[in-house]
Amino acid sequence: MMQNPLPLFIAIPLASAFLNSLLGKRIKGFSDVLSSIATLALAAISIYSVFLIKDVGSIVYKVGGWMPPIGIAMVMDSLTVFMLVTINVVAFLISVYSINYMEKYTEKGIFYSLFLLMIAGMNGVIISGDMFNLYVFLEIAAISSYALVAFGTEQEELEASFKYAVMGSLASSFILLGIVFLYSYTSTLNMADMAMTLLTNGPSRIVLLASVLFLMGFGLKSALVPFHAWLPDAHPSAPAPISAMLSGVLIKSLGVYAMVRIFFSVLGATPEILSILMVIGSLSIVIGACLALGQWDFKRLLAYSSINQIGYVILGISLGTPLGILGGLFHLLNHSVFKSLLFLNSGAVEYSTGTRDLQKMGGLREKMPVTALTSLVGSMSIAGVPPFNGFWSKLIIIVACVQSGHFVHASWAVLASIITLAYFLKVQKHAFFGELKEGLSNVKEAPFFMKFSMIVLAIICLAGGLLMLPAVSGDFLKAARDVVLAGQDYITVVFGAIK
Amino acid sequence: MSLYFLCLVLFSVGLYCILRKRNLIKIIIGIAITEYAVNLFFVLVGYKMHGRAPIHAEDQAILNMVDPLPQALVLTAIVIGLAITALIASIAIRVYEKYGTFDITKIRKLKG
Amino acid sequence: MDNPKHGMTLIVKTITRLTVGLILLFGIYIVSHGHVSPGGGFAGGVIIALSFIHILLAFGKEVALKRISYNVASFFESLGAIMFITLALLGIGSGYFLLNFISKGEPFRLFSSGLIPLYNVAISFKVGAGLFIIFVILVTFRLTKKDDRE
Repeated sequence: MMQNPLPLFIAIPLASAFLNSLLGKRIKGFSDVLSSIATLALAAISIYSVFLIKDVGSIVYKVGGWMPPIGIAMVMDSLTVFMLVTINVVAFLISVYSINYMEKYTEKGIFYSLFLLMIAGMNGVIISGDMFNLYVFLEIAAISSYALVAFGTEQEELEASFKYAVMGSLASSFILLGIVFLYSYTSTLNMADMAMTLLTNGPSRIVLLASVLFLMGFGLKSALVPFHAWLPDAHPSAPAPISAMLSGVLIKSLGVYAMVRIFFSVLGATPEILSILMVIGSLSIVIGACLALGQWDFKRLLAYSSINQIGYVILGISLGTPLGILGGLFHLLNHSVFKSLLFLNSGAVEYSTGTRDLQKMGGLREKMPVTALTSLVGSMSIAGVPPFNGFWSKLIIIVACVQSGHFVHASWAVLASIITLAYFLKVQKHAFFGELKEGLSNVKEAPFFMKFSMIVLAIICLAGGLLMLPAVSGDFLKAARDVVLAGQDYITVVFGAIK
Repeated sequence: MSLYFLCLVLFSVGLYCILRKRNLIKIIIGIAITEYAVNLFFVLVGYKMHGRAPIHAEDQAILNMVDPLPQALVLTAIVIGLAITALIASIAIRVYEKYGTFDITKIRKLKG
Repeated sequence: MDNPKHGMTLIVKTITRLTVGLILLFGIYIVSHGHVSPGGGFAGGVIIALSFIHILLAFGKEVALKRISYNVASFFESLGAIMFITLALLGIGSGYFLLNFISKGEPFRLFSSGLIPLYNVAISFKVGAGLFIIFVILVTFRLTKKDDRE
């Protein structure tokens, strides 16, 4: 079992989700403990997998003992491990944070059930080696996130959730249509087998049509700029831990990871697709940054900033050079850390003061020192100030842009980075520094578990730069980059690992 | 080929319904129509002229089967569609409870 | 059960009383023969849910929810899911997740194909209870709303 931990990534969250809905109402505190233990176990297994995959290279799990490509396969290579660590570590910290934060809501058991279902869906998307299973898990994660956005059942939440659900199900229809076209062309659903058939059959217009459909579908899921309209409504409306989850990892696992996996490993990244992605990425960077600058709602500002930062990830990956992909993946990891941290900060501020409007805050530094300090760390690292992790990944992306001769994209990325610094300085100035506004004098610091999660995430922000050391990054970051770079060698990796 | 084209028409009808209609319930119907168009297309992809149902039975040798995989997958897709429709419908009912209308032009608490 | 205030007319109620048991039985038949003939856990579960929905439509929600309350249905839904995952995890003990590890028996017999009938039962719990809950929630929500406005 410990040589093959793959099914546990789906089985643990699913089983604990249903145990929660079965027993959560009957035993007090049960759902808190269960979901924290489940996510801790997932995080531990995912970190263990880093060391496991170092020796083996890749693992293919035959579900039910059936041989791929006939049976369903789960595939674990360095890129999957990289994503699994990102998701499960962040999910554990957010689960701990929810113990205190979700006290003000009723029906905590249902919250944890949906939360764990969402984790199961995301883990499933990451480890699936099969096109249709990817779609099914994507829908599990998406449907539970629609329900979680509407969790407060107030006017804004319901409206945002409806918008999100309509856009999301449209995106799913596009993705399914793309899968249908690929199936009709290749007669297989196993990703590696599909890639092999595409390689032998040569280029075709059907593949081009499917790529466009995937671009639309996953573009909607990851909120790249022409498809971004739902994100600034949906992400702020959810409870803060869920905002952190949605912005931190959901758009990356359902959008960016699935896009990278399909375009690089299955379809083979053509220069046309890469240049389209590059333009979309740059547009997201600039437009997201400009829109974020004008916001006064703390969480809405963070949501626009997510569009901005996801643009960096896509820009880095779409350069197609080793350095660019490394930067993109590193920024993906960093963004999931500091964006979750900032959303948790906004949740802590909302928990204590009851407002999200930056104009009504001020001087919270004296009353909430831990939140103020951690949010300073988060803001500085998202803006790319040197010792923090965000600086290194942005630096790599910009250097990679210059190296491959895309000076325009590089200058946009630099410009947007300065705008990012500007709007996070605005957050710091209005929320945490300056005079204490009246009515905020009896504000208390957030409770223990909320502080714990924020401090751990801030430490990861500080230590994240260490991942650039060759000794550390060799097995983790660089190995993930090599998987993306290898492209359709995915076929030999998968079929080589089947025994 | 004309059948595939009709699926495209159905898909476009659903898209039109989602994009142009102002009533929440009509938008939900539009989502359902797009999903069914994709499902129908998927079943047609696996169809074979004069094919038989791919069910293994005693004392029978089936020669000309249709492709069973799309049918199994479409069943899954239909179930997912049911979940989405049920969820969106319950959200729409809640929206009606809060706003007192199904008109999306009047449901504008969120800016942008 | 025969409260004239709730539900539909006497004709509908009488016919329902005669047929609802048969519908339930047919659902159970479909579930239990899922591995040898078309059908299975999902289709059978839908039919089982429909038999309860049938009562709900004919006699009103009070009678139907007395037969199977929301909490009981919710319990069965979670139970089905947990049963499925437990069966799947048992397979890991013999090698693979979801492995059908007990004897497959002779084809086309009722007691054959290993764990698949058990998976079908788990799915039928999940689907039957789930569909019933979806229906009850959508219907009762509309009813409480009408009460509010009056």
